[in-house]
Amino acid sequence: MNSASDVLVIGAGVIGAATAYFATQQGLTVTVLDKGLPASGTSSACEGNILVSDKELGPELELTRYSLGVWHGDLAEHRRLWEFESKGGIIVASRESSLASLNRVMAAQARYGVVVEKLDPDTLRNAEPNITPDALGGARYPEDCQVQPMLVAAHLVRLATDAGARFVADTPVTGFLRSGDRITGVRTPRGDFSAGSVVNCTGTWAGELAALAGVNVPVLPRRGFVMVTEPLPPMVHHKVYAAEYIDNVGSSDAGLQASPVVEGTPSGTILIGSTRERVGFDGTVSTNALRLLAGNAVALFPFLEHVKAIRHYHGFRPYCPDHLPVIGHDERAPGLWHAAGHEGAGIGLSAGTGKLLAQALSGQAPDLDLSPFAPARFGERKENSTTHREEATA
Amino acid sequence: MTPIVSADVAVVGAGPAGLAAAVAAAESGAAVVLVDAGAQPGGQFWRHRPETVAPEQDGRGHHGWPTYLDLRARFDAARGRGRITYLPGLQVWMAQQIHPVQGDDGGFTLRTTPTAAVAALEASVGSQTVVARRLVLGPGGYDRQLPVPGWDLPGVMAAGGIQAFIKANGILPGQRFVIAGTGPFLLPVAANIAEAGGKVLAVLESSSPTAWLPHLRAAAGVPEKALEGAEYAAVFARHRVPYRTRTIVTEVLGTDHVSGVKTAKVDAGGRVRPGTERVYEDVDVVGFGWGFTPQMELPLSFGIQTRLDADGSLVGVVDERQQSSVPGLFLAGEVTGVGGATLAVLEGLAAGTAAAGGTVSPEKTAARHRRFAEAMHLAHPVPPAWQDWLAPETIVCRCEEVTARQLTDARESLGARDARTLKSFTRAGMGWCQGRVCGFAAACLGAGPGSAPTVESLSGSAKRPLAAPVGIGELAALETSDN
Amino acid sequence: MSTHSSGETWSVNTQGAVNVSFDGRPLVAVPGQNIGAALVSNGITAWRSTRKNARPRGLFCGIGVCFDCLVTVDGEANQRACLVEVQEGMEIEGSCADRGGRA
Repeated sequence: MNSASDVLVIGAGVIGAATAYFATQQGLTVTVLDKGLPASGTSSACEGNILVSDKELGPELELTRYSLGVWHGDLAEHRRLWEFESKGGIIVASRESSLASLNRVMAAQARYGVVVEKLDPDTLRNAEPNITPDALGGARYPEDCQVQPMLVAAHLVRLATDAGARFVADTPVTGFLRSGDRITGVRTPRGDFSAGSVVNCTGTWAGELAALAGVNVPVLPRRGFVMVTEPLPPMVHHKVYAAEYIDNVGSSDAGLQASPVVEGTPSGTILIGSTRERVGFDGTVSTNALRLLAGNAVALFPFLEHVKAIRHYHGFRPYCPDHLPVIGHDERAPGLWHAAGHEGAGIGLSAGTGKLLAQALSGQAPDLDLSPFAPARFGERKENSTTHREEATA
Repeated sequence: MTPIVSADVAVVGAGPAGLAAAVAAAESGAAVVLVDAGAQPGGQFWRHRPETVAPEQDGRGHHGWPTYLDLRARFDAARGRGRITYLPGLQVWMAQQIHPVQGDDGGFTLRTTPTAAVAALEASVGSQTVVARRLVLGPGGYDRQLPVPGWDLPGVMAAGGIQAFIKANGILPGQRFVIAGTGPFLLPVAANIAEAGGKVLAVLESSSPTAWLPHLRAAAGVPEKALEGAEYAAVFARHRVPYRTRTIVTEVLGTDHVSGVKTAKVDAGGRVRPGTERVYEDVDVVGFGWGFTPQMELPLSFGIQTRLDADGSLVGVVDERQQSSVPGLFLAGEVTGVGGATLAVLEGLAAGTAAAGGTVSPEKTAARHRRFAEAMHLAHPVPPAWQDWLAPETIVCRCEEVTARQLTDARESLGARDARTLKSFTRAGMGWCQGRVCGFAAACLGAGPGSAPTVESLSGSAKRPLAAPVGIGELAALETSDN
Repeated sequence: MSTHSSGETWSVNTQGAVNVSFDGRPLVAVPGQNIGAALVSNGITAWRSTRKNARPRGLFCGIGVCFDCLVTVDGEANQRACLVEVQEGMEIEGSCADRGGRA
């Protein structure tokens, strides 16, 4: 048996790393387990967005704004470690109908406190000189920012371990330890790990882990491709996306959807997203996805037609059917907590999620009400869990 | 829409392996498509001046030129009979398996893009899509590199790059050369330079002649290689080329161009022996080669079974017919183990014949060449202590300018231990070349001092979902039959 | 004949020289040469500078693998100098495709 800790974090992606970091800051003893290395799942296959602009009004936007405060507050001293960049986002409308919807969204967001600036065609072209001549207008969100997500996860794990946490790589969880109904730890090929609280931060795999504890957390993979161009001089200055993107983020369609998201990076490459499709963990390269990414990007920035792609990658967003993450204690399995299912917003939401969860784990009332994200919203526990009575391993 | 070319057998690469495969498949009755990045057949090994300006070439500086002429004649004849469709000047950016449907065993799709997008080139045919029932990959390899301080200065070239320069242009890239690294390939490079009128100040081999002793039997099995060795010895003697063993370049000197090199003697593990340092001045070209890295991105894109070869390279596993673990996918040449042109031709002939449905009988000559190649690899290892040669500020990833210090920091403080994680944390391998040049070195640095990279680490660095840069406009115009 | 023996060295028939320009200045190249060879034989061994440290770069791998030798050819950015054969009238631009303006 490994030594017991207050908190056992399963998964060293960006969510687990932030949870471990803030739990350590709260003075809790923390152990982090990962089946591989930090940032080896979705955190290493995304764009590192911290976006306000694409959020629907409601709990997710509240969490986003809280999280933004944590990035600019608690974590500000480390911003250089993960290349924090306040690049700002721009949504572009190229049709009268999408401009009308964008204007409605903008007005509602502004009432909610989101900083948003309406762009007429001229100001839009000032902000993004290479935008399509078809653009009718847009909106600028100066709060949108970006980080290098792998560095966020790796450095948060390192900062946590520097502060006393323990990180154990290559350690998949095979089952849970229980005392009565209560979850008291996990079983792994490296032995059992016991803890006062076990936090499921396994992202796209959170549903599988929850099933081992006999509870339903319906996180599903939603595949996305990102294309990367040759390095260029600065041509795209913000994260720029088309108004249809918001509809796709919010949709639950299983089929392939694509909407253009184009952004320059400090390294000179331009990232081109996005696609969404529910195909399980299928990693086969989809020519159709590449074609749509390319075509949409050229429609938004015509100069891209003559630019080369040098690589592409894909990741699996942890998607919940109601598009809300699962954050908090799981009363169906006392002792088990979840922080997963952030879909495409996990990087941005990680800071707030970690801080709020750490508050709750140490018995404080969290700064933000977590009840909209409660795991129990998915119903009763199920049977046939893989658990081990604690006495069996004592 | 991209034109589609269909065939029984598609072959990628027109070097020794691919050319032989295309000829063998065509002579076995198959309709063949040969796709090659080069503008004319020959690959790197038989690279020669453009036939448009130099229609007759005597093969000077080439080995196995008669073999090339024979394959070339058969290739031209098969083209003349319409059995081979030749698509030069195209790089494959993606290769995919077609999922089998009822009554059909699937096959393969190759998507290509022009090697050079220059309107003035008459060879620049547009992109083509190739569809074939069987696929032979003979993409070859390139010089393996180990970074040392100053290796990013202009004037430092891959040893094979110097040779390619001479073969393709008939001139030298400089006047005064130092060639360094390990392996038998350094000899023909130096001989080519000397024969073309360049001054080779030294050939520096990190290994030792005594490393040969345990492998003499394997070497004796391939007498023609001994003959080649004797030819080089004669060239070296005629041009007074010093050949120094157990010696490495510890630093390339210069500010904006190579001006010299610092060298030192090393022990059997590659550790520098203090007091043996020496400076060569007035050097304008330094050639480095540490063996070869097979081009694995296309084979890896099919998820084939791989292994580590005796030289530490990631290579594909094949059966005696050169078939990979993916049915219908055949590999020939360096991607099955670096073994030189003679072996690549034998493998290409077997792969092409097998892909066309012909019978392949076990090849004794190939087996002898494989044993010889293995002996060569064991006698010319990457020195285990090479990471000690790096200064913290030495650039490892030339494209993204990532230093040795950044990589070791990522290993030591962030827990990175393979090429993929190092890439995530430092950008090493994320630039234009996509880790082709630094991939092996980065994988070594992930493994730590004195350690060799694993199959997993090398695979992580060699997987390249785009096997070549491709225009976004081209991607936008793709047809979408596969989804 | 393209290559012929002349004493100990090879020499190449330079008849029918190809006129190209590099950053606006005229250069004479040998028919069949690639751009990299044309530049090097005119004494130009570096024609690009790196994005981060502005270090000079020219030929390295020589066979299209490393992308160190990128040039703009007739307005077409980021072509590998080691792979593109010179043609009469070709306009070659070096400097910094990564940093400077792109056509």
